[in-house]
Amino acid sequence: MSGNSEPKKYKNPVLNWIEFRLPIISYFQKEYGEYPMPKNCNYFWSFGALATITLITMIVSGIFLAMNYTPHTEMAFDSVERIMRDVNYGWLLRYIHSNGASFFFIIVFIHIVRAMYYGSYKFPRELNWILGVFIFLLMMATSFLGYTLPWGQMSYWGATVITNLFSAIPIVGEGLKTWLLGDYTVGNATLNRFFALHYVLPFVIFGVVGLHVAAVHVHGSNNPAGIDIRSKNDTVNFFPYMLIKDTIAVCVFGVLISAVIFFGPNLMAEVDNYIPADPLVTPAHIVPNWYLAPFYAILRAVPDKLGGVLLMFGAIAILFVLPWLDTSKVRSCNFRPMYKWFMMLFFVNFFVLGYVGMLPAEGLYLLIARIGLIYYFGFFIVITPLIGWIEKPKELPLSISDVYLGGGKEAPVPVSEKEIH
Amino acid sequence: MLKKLTILLILIFSFNILAAESNKGPMPKHEWSFNGITGTFDRAALQRGFKVYREVCAGCHSMKLLYYRDLIDIGFSEAQVKAIAAEYDILDGPNDDGEMFERPARPADRFVNPYLNDNEARANNNGAYPPDLSVITKARRYGEDYIYNLLMGYEEAPEGVEVGNGMYYNKWMDGNQIAMPAPILDGSVDYDDGTDTNAKQLSEDVVTFLKWAAEPELEVRKNMGIKVILFFLILGTVVYLAKNRLWRDVH
Repeated sequence: MSGNSEPKKYKNPVLNWIEFRLPIISYFQKEYGEYPMPKNCNYFWSFGALATITLITMIVSGIFLAMNYTPHTEMAFDSVERIMRDVNYGWLLRYIHSNGASFFFIIVFIHIVRAMYYGSYKFPRELNWILGVFIFLLMMATSFLGYTLPWGQMSYWGATVITNLFSAIPIVGEGLKTWLLGDYTVGNATLNRFFALHYVLPFVIFGVVGLHVAAVHVHGSNNPAGIDIRSKNDTVNFFPYMLIKDTIAVCVFGVLISAVIFFGPNLMAEVDNYIPADPLVTPAHIVPNWYLAPFYAILRAVPDKLGGVLLMFGAIAILFVLPWLDTSKVRSCNFRPMYKWFMMLFFVNFFVLGYVGMLPAEGLYLLIARIGLIYYFGFFIVITPLIGWIEKPKELPLSISDVYLGGGKEAPVPVSEKEIH
Repeated sequence: MLKKLTILLILIFSFNILAAESNKGPMPKHEWSFNGITGTFDRAALQRGFKVYREVCAGCHSMKLLYYRDLIDIGFSEAQVKAIAAEYDILDGPNDDGEMFERPARPADRFVNPYLNDNEARANNNGAYPPDLSVITKARRYGEDYIYNLLMGYEEAPEGVEVGNGMYYNKWMDGNQIAMPAPILDGSVDYDDGTDTNAKQLSEDVVTFLKWAAEPELEVRKNMGIKVILFFLILGTVVYLAKNRLWRDVH
């Protein structure tokens, strides 16, 4: 008889019916309605939402592209052009998808920059950071696989260069490469499996993003001051206060990406990829997509093939341990007068690495890439732990509420570092 | 601080994409009717350009991705397109007797390839393969400006520059040597509409045609782009005002 007296949490009887059987309504209310966000969060905190929206856009546009695409070496190039010419709004789908990939990386780079500058990777959000690096890794794999699909010259030669890296691994290298390609060279078997993997990996990313979001909701979002939430006065509800800021971010982003999609859809593409793949003609110089270029620069900066491969993967792997390399307990670089500048230099250095990664590896460019490589690893292995010990951080504000009201910097009572957690 | 750096990096970066490496001096820019956010194709220029392609380029260069029916988009009537297609023969079959046969092309056929296969194309052109022109403006850096400059870039080789056998000197070609002889000269093609037929005009028209062939969606795309951007601007403004109102009471 107890079934007749279901609790009435909501006015809408349908919601009550569902809630009683699966408390998903209260879950969403808690996680996306009342979820407390620090009120001092700036627009850098919108990039997580932007990335999620972009991921969904990529998956949806990708599904419709896949309906019209043929993963065969003889037909792939023409099928992509058929999408551009004969499929209704196929050009729109494809330009959204190809430029969406570039913008996805711009967003995620800014998201990572934000996490590093404001120390979001530190206690208690280390696992969140690890999941994020994992997403980044999956994104790079997915975009590389996707770039192969149009089967243009860069698709073919990019795939050849990258898969060749595996042959640098001693003993198992050659076998591993053949196993990955499904053939001795990049060919139809490769294209087929790359398509299959390119289709499935975004759903894996989606799953990890779910964990990433769930993890950040456990201890709440970081904020520009990098201090913990102390009272309800420090926060606003996600709905509508942060949602409305995210909506503004989406509109600004919409203007920027539309400008590229509609008025310069091939600005971020390599012209060579509009030439059908030809195993007999090697392009003058093979360049990766711009978002992989910093890692490509690291690869080529090392004179030894195996060493280059190890450092390239090491450049990503080292991100996983950043929370333990950083010895400072202060999160935000706003209160770290020394580390702040090394951090800025790290961002500039990463950008320079990307720039030389797109140019031929010779002369001055190679020298720049080598200096960039040394700073990249030096920043993580030497600078980050060392600065944490010798730097004297600025006084932290008492509360987020003080920061928001502009009184944060003149907080009269100093807070000892232990209290930050 | 971080904001400024981000904006600076994005700015520098966006310029770098546009300026990505050039090694032959600056590529002269041409005024095209399809440039700019409201750019469109001049239908008369497209039809003239098609005539240049048909009478000059099509002898060696295929345009595999185009169908004769696509020509309706540049202002030809269905009857005209039928007549144009019928001028080409296409290998079809097998018929009920198992024989391959030749028939006149129809609007639903792709542009007929001047050669049976790539090998024949090479054999007839001194070993050089005349590239397919369907997406040529997308497949070369600087796109239409490059193609135009290339067509107009034939010169006497400067002192001391050795030009290979069967090769021609061209200012804008990589390595300055090209296997294609100057294709467009003053008066190479006769226009029906009385337009001047100097080499400059012919090149402009054919490049306009090639640009359309590579990006037939260009006009629809730019038109839609203006609307989409306006949508985001208006929505963004409204939401921004609402946000200010909402956050006014947060202390």
